[in-house]
Amino acid sequence: MTGVAHGLRDRVRGSLRRTWALVRKETRQVVRDPSSIAVGVVLPLILILLFGYGLSLDVQHVGVAVVLEDPAPEAAELAAGFQLSPSFSAHVVRSMSDAEHLLQTGDVDGIVRVRSDFTRRLALGDVTVQLVVNGVDGNRARIIEGYSQGAIGEWAARRAAEGFGGAVEPVIVQDRMWFNEANDSHYFLVPGLIVLVMTLIGALLTSMVMAREWERGTLEAMFVTPVRPGEILLGKIVPYFFLGMIGLALCLLSAKFLFHIPFRGSVWLLAATSALYLLVALAAGLSISSATKSQFVASQITLVATFLPAFLLSGFMFDLRSMPTPVRLLTYILPARYYVTLLQTIFLAGNVWGIVLPDAAVLATMAALLLLLARVLTRKTLA
Amino acid sequence: MTAATAPAPIVRGRDIAKQFRGAAGDVVHALDGVSFEIAAGSLTALVGPDGAGKTTLLRLTAGLLVANSGSLQVLDIDVAHDPQAVQSRIAYMPQRFGLYEDLTVQENLDLYADLRGVSKEERRTTYPGLMEMTALGPFTRRLAGELSGGMKQKLGLACTLVRSPELLVLDEPTVGVDPLSRRELWEILLHLVRDQHLTVMLSTSYLDEAQWCQHVLVMHEGRVLAQGAPNDISGVAAGRSYLAEPPAGQKARDLQARLLDDAAVVDAVPEGGLVRVVCAEPLEHAAAPIQSLEGVKTTLTPPRFEDGFMILLRRVATPRSAAPRMTMDEPAAAPAGERGAEAEVAVSDLVRKFGTFTAVDHVSFEVQRGEIFGLLGPNGAGKTTTFRMLCGLLSATAGTLRVTGVDVRAGGASARRRIGYVAQKFSLYAQLSVTENLDFFAGAYGLKGDRKRDRVAWALRQFELQPFATEQSGRLPGGFKQRLAMAAALLHEPETLFLDEPTSGADPQARRDFWRRITLLAAGGVTAIVTTHFMEEAEYCDRIAVMDAGHILAQGTPAEIRRRARPIPGHETTMEDAFIAIVETSRGVDPTERSPVTESP
Repeated sequence: MTGVAHGLRDRVRGSLRRTWALVRKETRQVVRDPSSIAVGVVLPLILILLFGYGLSLDVQHVGVAVVLEDPAPEAAELAAGFQLSPSFSAHVVRSMSDAEHLLQTGDVDGIVRVRSDFTRRLALGDVTVQLVVNGVDGNRARIIEGYSQGAIGEWAARRAAEGFGGAVEPVIVQDRMWFNEANDSHYFLVPGLIVLVMTLIGALLTSMVMAREWERGTLEAMFVTPVRPGEILLGKIVPYFFLGMIGLALCLLSAKFLFHIPFRGSVWLLAATSALYLLVALAAGLSISSATKSQFVASQITLVATFLPAFLLSGFMFDLRSMPTPVRLLTYILPARYYVTLLQTIFLAGNVWGIVLPDAAVLATMAALLLLLARVLTRKTLA
Repeated sequence: MTAATAPAPIVRGRDIAKQFRGAAGDVVHALDGVSFEIAAGSLTALVGPDGAGKTTLLRLTAGLLVANSGSLQVLDIDVAHDPQAVQSRIAYMPQRFGLYEDLTVQENLDLYADLRGVSKEERRTTYPGLMEMTALGPFTRRLAGELSGGMKQKLGLACTLVRSPELLVLDEPTVGVDPLSRRELWEILLHLVRDQHLTVMLSTSYLDEAQWCQHVLVMHEGRVLAQGAPNDISGVAAGRSYLAEPPAGQKARDLQARLLDDAAVVDAVPEGGLVRVVCAEPLEHAAAPIQSLEGVKTTLTPPRFEDGFMILLRRVATPRSAAPRMTMDEPAAAPAGERGAEAEVAVSDLVRKFGTFTAVDHVSFEVQRGEIFGLLGPNGAGKTTTFRMLCGLLSATAGTLRVTGVDVRAGGASARRRIGYVAQKFSLYAQLSVTENLDFFAGAYGLKGDRKRDRVAWALRQFELQPFATEQSGRLPGGFKQRLAMAAALLHEPETLFLDEPTSGADPQARRDFWRRITLLAAGGVTAIVTTHFMEEAEYCDRIAVMDAGHILAQGTPAEIRRRARPIPGHETTMEDAFIAIVETSRGVDPTERSPVTESP
């Protein structure tokens, strides 16, 4: 009985010693390899700065042409509404053809046409303002449309307040942005960025370093030792897990101190769910590299299978609800989708357990399945 | 050692067969009914041409592959059934070093010691021994990637020895290693087998290494042609090996070329100004006198391992296809001497520095038109750097460089048009077919229209590549890749051809084909400059230069260089002995400190 226990204890001890040796070896390689540092630390920083400062989904200073065919002061007042708004940069012109010219040259993205019968129709309480928007970028067009309606609405409200009401009280729709009161796209871009950083470190970097070992024949030599496949995998997972958590910390610090994004949930909950996603990404990267055994193929597959979906189909950049149904159904198998929801919830809404628990459960299941797959695919044979 | 006790075999293989699916979906029989045994405490070598199945057999033994049929017992364990049990007790060094280049020598050793469960106390006793044996002691803190090829191999070997394995499996441990490091590696191996009673199983493409083993498996296309002691293999050629003396005024390599064309001759290689001939039958029993030997003085000589090997190979392989006959459509270059006295390639005081490191240090030599010039040296001697400067691929730090009368440093482009360069690695497009590659290179050299078509057709014909014209280049057998690379470099009819280690990793047959072509090109007036690791290949050259650490240590005809060897009583000095003596003298190594490896156990 004690002999069995001894044998088991020796086996566990041997396994731990080998795993620790591999973790140390991998850590040394990460520290010495400039490309690991580049992907693990420099790239997250660049992404944060690029997305934080360079990219913004907010619309500002949109060029609009206001065509004043009616010289009356009421019309000029409407135009002033556009001129004074920080959302617009208004060009006041006298004819529609001038405005169309501006639209064609790209100086403006919209035309607000105040017809010559504006004052007369206004008196009758039946006035229309024509709005033409450059529809090339649908998203932007809708935003411009909304802003323009807002500007016109404000004008109408002002008139009503001044007692020029006319027959019908204009209905003012007051928009209020929940969770993102400042209507600042950084609020959801920076949390979304974390999914990119974790995918890069977890899946892309790991798949490449593992494939590199296949390519260089270092695994071939190591296979003919007492080392077990699970130990080799663990030796890769541990260092890159920590590298991923460093990337996460960088993102969190920049979110708080560079972009002043509110953080309403618990940091520990965020770290725990991030750890789950990181395990998913690591297992995916290791599975892909064990299946392909080539750095080039592994990096291409990893990009297509993990990074691009995390970028495009996770709800980080594009709203999932506006996607066609088949694409939307596809997003349900993507781990990044659950992670983005978790990130945005914990960041901007708080510990909403009704969302956090089911999504974390999905990630945990995916992590377990993918780790199992990586273990099955990593075999000590060369065939 | 007591020869009387026959130790139980450590490895027993019966009727092993292993098939792979080829790239085109066809089935490749890597091993086909192989049976063998490896005795404890012996050194066994697998020898054979590329594609013989050596690596597959080693990988099966190491439990990295599983055979399709047959049985393989390693240490009395069915390796296919429980590979881990075998892997925990043996050690293996793959063909590619298998080292972590971004870890230091010490860290690589420690990693393997940890993986093999070597305790700190055990390390204190084993490490000093390993360091002394491999001479890596002063370099423990150096990154493995910064070691020379020979030192990497020694480190790889040390990593397998952190815990004395019950079987050591080495896949081509000396490939791409210079003669000096090669001899050092062998000294280590022989020491291990002799003094530590280690059992070693290795593969090699250097036939001369077989003589140091107890047991040899001669392999060819997945089958074992013969196995036994090296003398058994040499014995196959007993009474059939001769040294032939070329008639006055004829070069040994020209006689050799003529002999190779003769069906009654199995093999012919130049050796010390003579030609070693292996005949299909002993001359006195021959039905008809050998035509190509008429008027040539021959003396019977003891057969070498390689002679027996070539006879065994001839028995199974289709007789050598009519040896290449190089014909130039139009004289590619004027015959030797027509241009006057100016050397085809003239290098003087050439220097190349990389930072503070001087890779090439005041190198001077001249090569005449139509000469074959060999540049020999250990890894890191500066051969490839010199080559790249000659081809205008790398700028020189100082010195003058004239190739085909053009100053390379001033007008590289015009010189480049008149030279051909065959790089060390296969540098053609693997995805393109043979013809597409030739078309591309012809275009790159500025050939157009009829001329381009003619030259591509010439190349296909001359290098016997027609059967493979539409084959993807990457799928060609090794020897044919080499031919294609040479064909591509000759499309524009260069006057000078540079070949960087063209025969590295090639089997004996492919190497003979290669040299046959070079000899013919030289006869046609093409100047060839070649680097090589195979010292016996220096015999094909008109003149050779031995380089080490950026300097030329010796220059002259092969016969002159050979005279620099330290004579070993009862042993014929080889070009390799001469090379080692020259390099060691220059490095200040006392030859008496080292026991010559040729004192076989």
